[in-house]
Amino acid sequence: MAELLQFVFSGLTVGAIYALVALGFTLIYKASDIINFAQGEFVMLGGMTTVFVTLAGVSLPLAALIAIIVTTAIGLALHRFAIEPARGASPVALIMITIGASIFLRGVAQIIFDRRFHSLPSLFGGDPIKFGGAAILPQSLVVLASAMVIVTLLWLFIDRTLLGKAVIATAANRLAARLIGVDTRRIVDFSFAVSAAIGAIAGVLITPIALTSYDVGTLLALKGFAAAMLGGIGSALGAVVGGLLIGLFEAFAAGYLSSNYKDAVAFLIILVVLVSIPQGLFGRAKIERV
Amino acid sequence: MIILQTDQLSIAFGGVRAIDGVNLAIESGQVYSIIGPNGSGKTTLFNLVSGIYTPDDGSIRLAGEAVTGLAPDQLARRGLSRTFQNLQIFSRMSVLENVMVGRHRHERTGIFADLFHWPSVARQNQATVEAARAALARVDLADSASRPAGSLAYGALKRLEIARALASEPTLLLLDEPAAGCNPVETEEIDGVIRSIVKDGITVVLVEHDMRLVMNISSRIHVLASGRTLTEGTPEQVRSNVAVVQAYLGIHGSQESNRAFH
Amino acid sequence: MRTLLETRLLPAIVVAVIVVILPYFFPSAYYFRVGALVFIFALAVVGLNLLMGFAGQVSLGHAGFLGIGAYSVVIGPVYFGLPSWLCVFVGATVSGAVAFLVGRPILRLKGHYLAVATLGFGLLVAIVLTNEAGWTGGPDGMSVPRLALFNWQVRGSDSWYWIAGATLVGGFVLALNLMESPTGRALQAIHDSEIAALVLGIDVARKKLTIFVISAMYASVAGSYLALFNGHVTPDIAGFLRSIELVAMVVLGGMGSIVGSLVGAAVLVVLPQALTIFHEYEQALLGFILMVFMIFLRRGIVPSVAATFAGRRK
Ligand SMILES: Nc1ncnc2c1ncn2[C@@H]1O[C@H](COP(=O)(O)OP(=O)(O)OP(=O)(O)O)[C@@H](O)[C@H]1O
Ligand SMILES: [Mg+2]
Repeated sequence: MAELLQFVFSGLTVGAIYALVALGFTLIYKASDIINFAQGEFVMLGGMTTVFVTLAGVSLPLAALIAIIVTTAIGLALHRFAIEPARGASPVALIMITIGASIFLRGVAQIIFDRRFHSLPSLFGGDPIKFGGAAILPQSLVVLASAMVIVTLLWLFIDRTLLGKAVIATAANRLAARLIGVDTRRIVDFSFAVSAAIGAIAGVLITPIALTSYDVGTLLALKGFAAAMLGGIGSALGAVVGGLLIGLFEAFAAGYLSSNYKDAVAFLIILVVLVSIPQGLFGRAKIERV
Repeated sequence: MIILQTDQLSIAFGGVRAIDGVNLAIESGQVYSIIGPNGSGKTTLFNLVSGIYTPDDGSIRLAGEAVTGLAPDQLARRGLSRTFQNLQIFSRMSVLENVMVGRHRHERTGIFADLFHWPSVARQNQATVEAARAALARVDLADSASRPAGSLAYGALKRLEIARALASEPTLLLLDEPAAGCNPVETEEIDGVIRSIVKDGITVVLVEHDMRLVMNISSRIHVLASGRTLTEGTPEQVRSNVAVVQAYLGIHGSQESNRAFH
Repeated sequence: MRTLLETRLLPAIVVAVIVVILPYFFPSAYYFRVGALVFIFALAVVGLNLLMGFAGQVSLGHAGFLGIGAYSVVIGPVYFGLPSWLCVFVGATVSGAVAFLVGRPILRLKGHYLAVATLGFGLLVAIVLTNEAGWTGGPDGMSVPRLALFNWQVRGSDSWYWIAGATLVGGFVLALNLMESPTGRALQAIHDSEIAALVLGIDVARKKLTIFVISAMYASVAGSYLALFNGHVTPDIAGFLRSIELVAMVVLGGMGSIVGSLVGAAVLVVLPQALTIFHEYEQALLGFILMVFMIFLRRGIVPSVAATFAGRRK
């Protein structure tokens, strides 16, 4: 029982990070139909920038803030200088651009940072908290709480603000949104910026628990993408649930089977789910109207 | 012979009963029209009959054979073909190639023959090209054969879809608004094409808003409103049916549609 | 009839000529090595292009088949004493069978859902190759016994240049044949409108499965060659980055362009080799160049260039 609880804790912690990455995928996809494979690099940039700014003597909270701002700017730049100029290109071409961007960002990161692994101290101490026979790091609770806050804020924002409504309108029908006066380009700008910020926050949050390095982005992008698809692309709720589920699958597979096969089990389950529910858990079935 | 028969055919989308207990009995060798206001379920009926949707209720018979629940490709192999209201063109292919795809069910080659280009494939390609050219000629598109399909004008695309469907040598052909967006000259052409198709013994089921075309060409007319049958009969019977005129006026309310009936 | 045949196979003939002529311009033996790599990758890319460019079905896990092919020429000879050349065929058969079994359920998925499913499949292969160390040597991989054809021990890069070149020409011929056949037309139709294809009597699910199996076999042969050529193989050959590289080659060269497959492979094999002189800037430059290419030649190199020339002529 204690063991089970332990796996649930660690699964939810990693899952929360996957959920945040998946949320980034979802936000950009909703605004622009683009699958942004550079999403994982935002997480890397958040973590790595914080590490190196603290190494320069800046306090951790300030460093984290700087990292988030820098990453947000990079997300914006990605849209302005790489995605915008290619407007009208096929979805595959756009995906290739984001993959090019992720290789580029990884390459730049290994030049200005380095190729080693780094960690951050936790602001909340390293002593595990005992709970029902299982131990949980304070930082894990921080990750979970922050993820919950981000999801709530995002939901409030989309639901309660005019800009949020514009995002929904753009997601539903870009042309119609433009006709009623929504500046859809700014909406996409915005979605890239917010996705980048969410990614950076995830990076800051996870680095005290998991190490970071210039190349952690690829795997995170994979998991985040898988989570978004498992939940049903375009569904924010799906992204969160998908992320948490994948985290849990992995933790259970690692705990009860073998840690070597944890990714295999996670993807096997994703395959089985998608084959039985082709539109993902919360996605809407799309019937082609002819 | 009854080529197409439906019995209490029904389907709903969410709360919308798009088709609600529709019975069809279509004699072969004629033009049978289905009319009705926008959203009355005409296209949905086609989608049911061609296997794209599976009915919630009711059954479909094609030439006497029960075919409810069969997939579109299985129905195609039984001689059903159709066109689409919002075009489904193979826009990356040439006009000729589009129609060549229509020959698919008559092509007899296997994957190995195709990969190694056995003589049978060359022979097959030749026969397919010839049949496709003939089909294009019937809709007056022979001159555009080598153009990219995406470059044709709307009216020509409508005819291209007819040629593609004809190339499959159907016994039953469903045409979904073939004259929509066509000018009077083009509509006249479509009229001629449909007549020539029927002359070849192909049964045509026509969905069309152009009442002049419908009244001129149909043997019988089936009127839908909100997914239900309003009435069915010869053009004369339908024209004199007050309910039909009202259904149309209720939606269109224009002088034009009123005039078209008389 | 004769001209029909010639136009159909023209790209294959051009490639054959290139394969034969190119060595006369090679300043050193090193170029045979690069040439062989380009041809091997191009072979896999032709297959993937049939799937992606023609049938419109994306695969982000095609390196999985590269891996199956590669490990076939290790496991077969080492554990079962089979001749390597036979194992190339065995690998292709196994890949085809795996593609058949995996493709049946997942090819029903569309768009990004298919992307994530194929991605998952590729990862599964890579994970199995990494963890079944008893058979595969684990993460460090294994060395690959040399190919022996009759009494000829194939070693030098030049031998592999010719073998890969000849196989690529064969791969071109099959692909070009397929495109101008009933199956090829059906596949292109599926790309543009599955519904219209269905309504014309095309068994869409079966056609997709067929092309998935064929493209898997192309990748498998390329994987076998790659392993035999390098003399060593690690699970990285089946990894996600390899899959992405193959897709990048398809898209860069031009979706649906068989010639583009060779161009895409050439660019992405040669570019990293050329960029090594920039040392640590290599990756950043590679990513940058990829972005620039895709922004300005969004339809891929060959179709974009062809369009430019066609425009000029008018
Ligand atoms: N796939 C679907 N999902 C949800 N609703 C649908 C679907 N297909 C049709 N409907 C609904 O069913 C009803 C009938 O639509 P249908 O397209 O059959 O009408 P129609 O008679 O062809 O109209 P029109 O003359 O405009 O072509 C409409 O209310 C439509 O919104
Ligand atoms: Mg309609």
